[in-house]
Amino acid sequence: MRVRSLILRIVRQFFHDKRTLALMILAPLLILWLVALIFNGNTYHPKIGAVDIPRHIVVSLDNQGAVVQSYSSNAAALNALSLQKLDAAISFAGGVPHITLEGSNPSKSKTVLLLVQKVLLQPANPAPSQMQPPVIRYLYGSATMSSFDNFGPVLIGVFAFFFVFLIAGIAFLKERTTGTLERLMATPLRRWEMVAGYVVGYGIFTMVQACLIAWFAVGVLGMMMNGQFLYLLSVTLLLSMTALTLGTLLSAFANSEFQMMQFIPIVIVPQIFFSGLFSVDNMAPWMRRLSEIMPLYYGADALRNVMIRGKGFSAIWPDLCVLLAMSLVFMALNVFALRKYRKI
Amino acid sequence: MYGEQTSQIQPGIKVIHVDKRFGKVSVLKDITMEVKANEVFGLLGPSGSGKTTLVKLIAGMAEPSNGEVYVSGVRMPNLNMLNNIGYMAQSDALYSELTALENLAFFAALVGLNGAVRKQRIEEVMQLVNLANFLKRPIATYSGGMKRRLSLAIALLHRPQMLILDEPTVGIDPVLRKSIWDELRNLSQSGTTILLTTHVMDEAEKCTRLGMIRDGQMIAVGAPDELKQSTGSQTLEDAYLVYGGVRK
Ligand SMILES: Nc1ncnc2c1ncn2[C@@H]1O[C@H](COP(=O)(O)OP(=O)(O)OP(=O)(O)O)[C@@H](O)[C@H]1O
Ligand SMILES: [Mg+2]
Repeated sequence: MRVRSLILRIVRQFFHDKRTLALMILAPLLILWLVALIFNGNTYHPKIGAVDIPRHIVVSLDNQGAVVQSYSSNAAALNALSLQKLDAAISFAGGVPHITLEGSNPSKSKTVLLLVQKVLLQPANPAPSQMQPPVIRYLYGSATMSSFDNFGPVLIGVFAFFFVFLIAGIAFLKERTTGTLERLMATPLRRWEMVAGYVVGYGIFTMVQACLIAWFAVGVLGMMMNGQFLYLLSVTLLLSMTALTLGTLLSAFANSEFQMMQFIPIVIVPQIFFSGLFSVDNMAPWMRRLSEIMPLYYGADALRNVMIRGKGFSAIWPDLCVLLAMSLVFMALNVFALRKYRKI
Repeated sequence: MYGEQTSQIQPGIKVIHVDKRFGKVSVLKDITMEVKANEVFGLLGPSGSGKTTLVKLIAGMAEPSNGEVYVSGVRMPNLNMLNNIGYMAQSDALYSELTALENLAFFAALVGLNGAVRKQRIEEVMQLVNLANFLKRPIATYSGGMKRRLSLAIALLHRPQMLILDEPTVGIDPVLRKSIWDELRNLSQSGTTILLTTHVMDEAEKCTRLGMIRDGQMIAVGAPDELKQSTGSQTLEDAYLVYGGVRK
């Protein structure tokens, strides 16, 4: 079968170009690992607002690496907290320490809590048994989350998407620029067979990539994973499929590898902004709706549902359907775009 | 039109009143020509005159803006017909990461060759172009002439009825060129129709008939001797220059 021979050729090309293979499969792991290092690190010096607390506690907070600032009233400290000038505010009420955390960044919250706990349990203070446990409140967020847990799922989506988009797009483009695509039009290969061959041929490597990323994120980096691995895998795979079909489609509008790169700021970067890594709450509502045409938005939503909220198929199927539909539309458009080379 | 009925019985190539435009630029103007079965038909003409464009229309890779192209009585472009055509492009379209064998296997599979037949044909055509010892080498390590020869081998793989070769012997040394021409004659005697473009005069001499193209128009068609006679030239080169408008 012709599609099969095309698939076989793509697989062979990949094995001759091991560097590209490595880029597609290992680069996402490397970057995920780097990000994990950055956000799981503990070198941050938290800014703490102190409201009327004993002098020696302020000193030992300072010694532990906190930047302590005194406030005259609770209200003033809370105000500074909500303006994000502080990471936490500490006050005493009836001998019980009250800690209010800003909370939107889990790794900062954790740093603060560790530090405060250390200080309060020091021998200079009253014996631990006499000491009431501190009351901890969160302005935003909650106690159990790490930042990496929060945006890790989105990163999985971003990297799976980015590398597949680029590599599949450039491979298809190369078929145009080297004249082999035109040459193929002198063979009985049909346009849909061409597109199908690419989808399956690259799909094989995409699958390997998706499995590796998912395993690496959960198994090695220990990302929060409350749902089922199978769902994580299927979302990643479908998202990569969308990247694959979109990449090959858009390569029709590029004349060189360099022009393919120009799609990164146009196609990839906006998707990253809208995928949930950054809050879009301050954006005009009509602009927020732009996310509805972005594959990564659906992928990231499904990934968060699975990994953080532990949801199952009933929660992610709408996202999966959208991704599948997008892939099919991109494929159909690509079959159509190839009309430029041959009408039949 | 007449192509529908007559060419059904008569294999070969028919080009009837064909125009080809790219946007507003007219590249082929009212070309009518015929290549009979078993013929070796050569297209001659200056660079940019439209040879490649014409040949691509016949190979079914593009559609004429006007007019009709028939191969073995079938209106082109036609996907099924492509199995009967062997095409060699002017610029080699090969997968440079792959080895020669992998390239051959890919193109062979596309035209429906599989298994033992494929293996045997690959050996035969590579023997013919004298590349049998380089089967396992990646194309990236091939010289220009070697790539030309491999492209020719690919065109010959499936023993097509119709061979369309765009400057097949560019960059091929005289010894090998002779053996390739011997093979082309064998093929044509055994029933293959061959259409090729060339700039080499001694090759043009070897064609059964020649078509002279200038500025997208077919200005003369005939056997090499006829062309020489009608221009009163001693050599084909002189005839070419006359037709090319250089000599009167
Ligand atoms: N895709 C295209 N778009 C626009 N113009 C084209 C295209 N392909 C060919 N042409 C033009 O058509 C004319 C004929 O080109 P063609 O390649 O057929 O020439 P040729 O006779 O094969 O020349 P050569 O001997 O140099 O190979 C040229 O002027 C070329 O610029
Ligand atoms: Mg040419």
